[in-house]
Amino acid sequence: MGYLGGFAVTIRKFFRHDTPSGRVVTKEYRAGQGGASDQKRPKPQRMHGRHVLNRYEDGMEKCIGCELCAAVCPARCIHVRGADNDPDDPTSPGERFGFVYEINYLRCIHCDLCVEACPTEAITESKLFEFSFTNRADAIYTKTELVVGDDGRPQQLPWEDWRPGDDEHTSAWMRATAPAGDDSFEGIVAWAGELGYGVRAPEGGQPLERTEAEAAAHAGQGHDGHDGHDSHGGGGHH
Amino acid sequence: MILALDPLLSGDVGWWPEVTIVVIKVVLAFVVLLLAVMAMVWFERKVHADMTNRIGPNLAGPFGIFQTLADGVKFFFKEDLMPNRADPLVFRLAPYLSLVPAFITFTVIPLGGRFDGKNAGEITLPGFQKVTLLQVADPHIGILLVLAMSSVAVYGILLAGWSSGSKYPLLGSVRATAQMISYEAAIGLAVLAVLLRTGSLSTNAIVDHQAGWNWNLWTTLFVPFVVFLIAITAEMNRPPFDLVEAEQELVGGFHTEYSSIRFALFFLSEFMNVVTMSAIIVTLFFGGPSGPSFGPAWLRAILPTAWFLGKLLVFLFLFVSFRATLPRLRYDQLMDLGWKLLIPLALGWFLLLVALRVAADSDWNPFATGAALIAGLAGGGLLLRKAVRTSHARRAAEAEAGVTL
Repeated sequence: MGYLGGFAVTIRKFFRHDTPSGRVVTKEYRAGQGGASDQKRPKPQRMHGRHVLNRYEDGMEKCIGCELCAAVCPARCIHVRGADNDPDDPTSPGERFGFVYEINYLRCIHCDLCVEACPTEAITESKLFEFSFTNRADAIYTKTELVVGDDGRPQQLPWEDWRPGDDEHTSAWMRATAPAGDDSFEGIVAWAGELGYGVRAPEGGQPLERTEAEAAAHAGQGHDGHDGHDSHGGGGHH
Repeated sequence: MILALDPLLSGDVGWWPEVTIVVIKVVLAFVVLLLAVMAMVWFERKVHADMTNRIGPNLAGPFGIFQTLADGVKFFFKEDLMPNRADPLVFRLAPYLSLVPAFITFTVIPLGGRFDGKNAGEITLPGFQKVTLLQVADPHIGILLVLAMSSVAVYGILLAGWSSGSKYPLLGSVRATAQMISYEAAIGLAVLAVLLRTGSLSTNAIVDHQAGWNWNLWTTLFVPFVVFLIAITAEMNRPPFDLVEAEQELVGGFHTEYSSIRFALFFLSEFMNVVTMSAIIVTLFFGGPSGPSFGPAWLRAILPTAWFLGKLLVFLFLFVSFRATLPRLRYDQLMDLGWKLLIPLALGWFLLLVALRVAADSDWNPFATGAALIAGLAGGGLLLRKAVRTSHARRAAEAEAGVTL
């Protein structure tokens, strides 16, 4: 049949969408205006969305104003200035806190390098992506907008479009990946608690406890990975 | 002087009512074509979506039918950019060079009127008491005008790419030029077969000659229609011949640097070409508005136009399904198809039809003539194939020996 066989496929699709080889993939996304037919696709575990600045369970801010995120940012969209904590009324545990924290979303490429660089898990990326601002000033999110509220949830700005539950995944990338860099959670909780949530479970329904077989398999993989990494690093030094 | 074959213009021509009628026809054709293009854009997006497991536009109006209108409004308010190295005059001129020919082609297409062998598409306008044709113009050169306009349309694309002062548009326009010139020969030869049957270039005469199921589709024995269909798909730069604007290779091809309403004009002319070329196919091979006539007087009046629209719709659907189904040709495949298959085939078939015609005139045995000709054509085809194979083999041998051309 050659070419003509292809025509049979498209004509069949035209008259009947719901063939075994595929069904309609479009979701009726209407940005919150459509009522019942307004659907959204489930987002991947490691989605990089709008940032949030997290707080500890006691309400203290996690950011210590070290500016590592600003240093690592390839788009140079982060502006941080630290300041000394007031000893009587500290904003964050330790000496310093993030006094100024701004992200320019006209420049941000959502690479998540700031999240990887952060030593205190202060900055993480949520799964929120619907924030189409209409002027350049709105594009710069300051600390006021980024820090999570007293209930531990991100603050919704007037132009942001959320659905119920969208704001729950505030540190998803971190909690979907193992500390060793493995693509699946390895059973070790390596993150601190968050305001409003406590120490959270791994993202995406990955079990906290793993079977021994799984652990052994992962350990073997991790070992190989380390060998490869070491030899590569050695090569770099020569 | 006879301006055209329209009976309206055969006697004294005055402001009232002749010129008024012509002006009304021009305005009507303009509006109808614009509306048809809007509907075509929606139709293509919707049908293509259905064929590829999607929904397509569904928010603007019922079934998203006003999507084109919304897009048009958006285009008007977009920023109009021009590259620094562009040639301003030519850059601004190019979109019109591709839009205007598409409009002019539409003017020679008979949109209705009764074709039953007795009255050749003539209708009496109520209120004016004047007899006229349901087409804007019926010039003597009819179908030549269509060919000429499709050649002029090449300039729009060529100049758009050249004047952009940018590399991808230039590549796209060079491809367009080569492609459109290659396939024009095949189009011309396929049209010749029709002209041989009709003996006239006028589109009205071509349709009239096909009245009563005497369609050129079978009187020219199908092959010219197939050649014409493939060649105009290439001429319009529609998939699978859309090398001119191959997104994966050339960004947007010749219109890469165009934005705002100038881009919209290219977009419009592309879809307008689909509509007008489908109408040309219907006119040349499928008897235009001719078809069975029945029922009361009002039904008889609108039936021809309904037949025309029905036939048109089939081809619009066909072009959309081409796009949804066929993968894009490689450049050498495109040239091979045009020069080594379509042109020899159309030429050979034209000779066959000529010979059958001569045989009919001189009372030769049509079957013997046909058989002899088909044998001759097959021999010619085999020779051509042999030549192509030999040159391929020789080139391969040279490449192996390290000869570079």
